[in-house]
Amino acid sequence: MRFEIKTIETDVLIIGGGTAGCFCALTISEQSDLNVVITDKAHIKRSGCLAAGVNALNAYIGKGETPESFVDYVRGDSEGVIREDLVYSIAQRLNKVAQRLEELGVPILKDQNGEYVQRGPRSVKINGENIKPLLAEAVLDKENINVLNHVNIVDYLVKDGVVVGAVGFSLKDNKIYEIYAKKTVCATGGAAGLYKPNNPAFSRHKMWYSPFNTGAGYAMGVRAGAEMTTFEMRFIALRCKDTIAPTGTISQGINTVQVNAKGEEYVGKYGEPTTYMRLYATVKENLKGNGPCFLKTRGITREQQNELIKAYLNMAPAQALKWVEMNSGPAEENVEIEGTEPYIVGGHAASGYWVDGDRRTTIQNLYAIGDVAGGSPKKYVTGCLAEGEIAAMSILETIKEGHIVRLSRDEISGKSKDILHFFSNEPPLYTIEEVEGAMQKVMDEYAGGISMAYIYNNAKLAIAAKRIEELLTIVEALKAESLHELLSIFEIIDRLFVCKVLIKHLEARQETRWRCYQENGDYPQKDDDRWMKYVNSVYKDGEVQIMLRELVGRDEAYEHPSQ
Amino acid sequence: MSIQVNKAKCVSCGQCCDVCPGNLIQKDKNDKAYIKYPQECWGCIACVKECSVGAIKYHLGIDIGGKGGYLYTKNRGDYMDWFIVSLDRRKHQITINKKESNKY
Repeated sequence: MRFEIKTIETDVLIIGGGTAGCFCALTISEQSDLNVVITDKAHIKRSGCLAAGVNALNAYIGKGETPESFVDYVRGDSEGVIREDLVYSIAQRLNKVAQRLEELGVPILKDQNGEYVQRGPRSVKINGENIKPLLAEAVLDKENINVLNHVNIVDYLVKDGVVVGAVGFSLKDNKIYEIYAKKTVCATGGAAGLYKPNNPAFSRHKMWYSPFNTGAGYAMGVRAGAEMTTFEMRFIALRCKDTIAPTGTISQGINTVQVNAKGEEYVGKYGEPTTYMRLYATVKENLKGNGPCFLKTRGITREQQNELIKAYLNMAPAQALKWVEMNSGPAEENVEIEGTEPYIVGGHAASGYWVDGDRRTTIQNLYAIGDVAGGSPKKYVTGCLAEGEIAAMSILETIKEGHIVRLSRDEISGKSKDILHFFSNEPPLYTIEEVEGAMQKVMDEYAGGISMAYIYNNAKLAIAAKRIEELLTIVEALKAESLHELLSIFEIIDRLFVCKVLIKHLEARQETRWRCYQENGDYPQKDDDRWMKYVNSVYKDGEVQIMLRELVGRDEAYEHPSQ
Repeated sequence: MSIQVNKAKCVSCGQCCDVCPGNLIQKDKNDKAYIKYPQECWGCIACVKECSVGAIKYHLGIDIGGKGGYLYTKNRGDYMDWFIVSLDRRKHQITINKKESNKY
């Protein structure tokens, strides 16, 4: 197979054309004539986790709330271990970016006075079906934004410890891309597919998070030596059974409660109904033999049912199809719920790059925004937009100091060989799919997956760590027959790197901070005296090195020591 | 979770291949679209909405309760018509105004 190397130079490279990436590009474009390149492994019109749409804007400062009360809420819901400075900077921008979304064409429900109708104190009702096409349209209108669809970035290009761009390959033709930029922004989203999923057979990809978000941004950062934070705070969603469709639309939209098979409301038995406790209570009820658990919808009106079906068509059509196919619906039958497999995703939990207030990572000239950026849980769509804007403002201020640095021909030729050698490997013993299955099985059984009720301990993690190392060796021998298979191989490599870091983080936190998300069987209690800290890590010389860092307050201007 | 392309209806425009977030749809030797990796489909139905001739149907996998029914859409400017056809061929139509917010 012959591959052409295509070299591109730009002021700003944004890896990933999701909400955060597109909004960062738009902000830069509107305020400067800098050239921006966005790469996306799919097409920005429907790429990433919002491909089907989104059900609400769940990060918003509603009536009676303030940016301060928003931070208080996120801190309480996350048991205190958040970067308050980051959450606060997001909170201050939430309503402005929501308004911007409306200007771009996303319908937001308004009352007679023209004010947004709230779904909850921090949530507004929208029609988010078209959110990605609208963002993509705005981006494609800009002269100074060049979108490279169907280009999968594999690694950063690093020179003397500074990120100078990234390298990847096209999924449509035989091209390697080397892209040089003064500033690089990672906006690739989080990681799904690490653990055995809810539906392991034909519908294996019917999951909460996008199965195509495979942690590339985390893995590239890990390999380049960027500091990462709080991977141990996994995110596990409470979802409609089988279709893995959202539950918030029902529970918040029409105020339903969670009941067990006996019809008892069970969440209150377990403590404060935080996000993770509603999940934990459901897991526990099933273990006690009180399942299945449901959202109590029986008895809602026909009109409510019809509106729910419409809402689901606009973001998770499987659930609407299921109701209509059943010739039934939530008015007649309660909606069964279950927890998903664990994900690593910084838009919901706090896992991701360790960033400063400007969203600069610990590697010079590299920013991280959206689901790959850590420390600020519950940022959701509007928080990702806010981070795109924050990074853009910092880039606009600092880019004058930057210049293009290129790698030598030999260095690029080496990178190209690293990508293409999978085509020339001998036929291996194992298929790509088999390696993926092996990874998901070991993570499920030994690193707290669904089958273990999300609980792990150190003895189990040691087994998981050993197996992940073995798989990292085995994966090098995999063979690609097509560009799609090459993509699949890199998606497994990236997830194995994420697993490797995740296992170390789970082991490091010697307490149980968040039930289900991080439930350490060796240390089943929360320990505020020792663990009101961040667990951070850096990958160096093949090892994940853990470091603990002190909490950062909301008014602190956190700066990386090296910058 | 997956989709099927009706090859007789497919006009080979390639829009579905372009828009699939998993790069799962390709063209066969007759230039017609088909899903090459059905088990990798997320069920986002980007392709169903993109298809201007209604050639793509979406169904629930049998492992998550599929009963043989399917869903497709027709785009009419500000409106989207959704059709759900049950196994017994009953056809439900739901029309959604794209400019209107969800009620929940």
